[in-house]
Amino acid sequence: MIVDRNQLSCAEFQAQLPELIGSGENAAIHPHIQSCELCRALLADLETIAEAARQLFPIVEPPDKLWEQIESAIRQERAVHEGC
Amino acid sequence: MLARAQAGDHSAFAQLYSLHKRRIYSLCLRMVGNIAEAEDLTQEAFLQLHRKIATFRGDSAFSTWRHRLAINVVLMQLRKKALNQISLDEAMDPAPEEGPGRSFGAPDLTLSGTIDRLALERAVGDLPAGYRLIFILHDVEGYEHNEIASMLECSIGNSKSQLHKARLKLRDALHIRPKQEAQ
Repeated sequence: MIVDRNQLSCAEFQAQLPELIGSGENAAIHPHIQSCELCRALLADLETIAEAARQLFPIVEPPDKLWEQIESAIRQERAVHEGC
Repeated sequence: MLARAQAGDHSAFAQLYSLHKRRIYSLCLRMVGNIAEAEDLTQEAFLQLHRKIATFRGDSAFSTWRHRLAINVVLMQLRKKALNQISLDEAMDPAPEEGPGRSFGAPDLTLSGTIDRLALERAVGDLPAGYRLIFILHDVEGYEHNEIASMLECSIGNSKSQLHKARLKLRDALHIRPKQEAQ
């Protein structure tokens, strides 16, 4: 069945959104978006959230003591293994 | 270096740790939001990596394999704590009530175009673990859907769908929260 992209309801369009956005298509040029203020607002919000996420949670360095703890745990495991 | 680490060379494993510690620690911290817990999880992830590194056959990129190990450690911990009782399977196929509360946009509820970083971080922290994981992997860490699907052993379609639901939930949370706080 061929679906007319111009005649989609909001529910039908939003059901397609995950694939539309996920595939990298420019959802903003979809005919439904051109004519529907509600879905245009939704899309704008989702893009704002995705954009803001890139600024979230910078990559951080673990404390130096962590490697010492890991090494110690590895040594203990090895000792247990060799003791078997 | 990888081959040497697989053969049991400790200094090679130390180099691997140096190369990958930031990504693993950051993932753990983003998922649990607690430094002490993130350190414990990072330690456990690297111990798992040490135990299993000899079994890595190169079927996927090492970074994908490494991240998958870390994800499993984090999800195991979340299950143990029962903070968000959601398995990886459930995360990929959540119950309907875990879906976003509202999907239709409304002009009076539109985000202003900027989002307060703390509000977003808090909203991400409130997401169910499965949604939070996909959102962090894709939107924060920049993994592609095919990589996420490989890490989580789900379909690419599932990854896209879960990410979409996570963003919708965040949208709901970011709209609703100020009203709750105003009460």
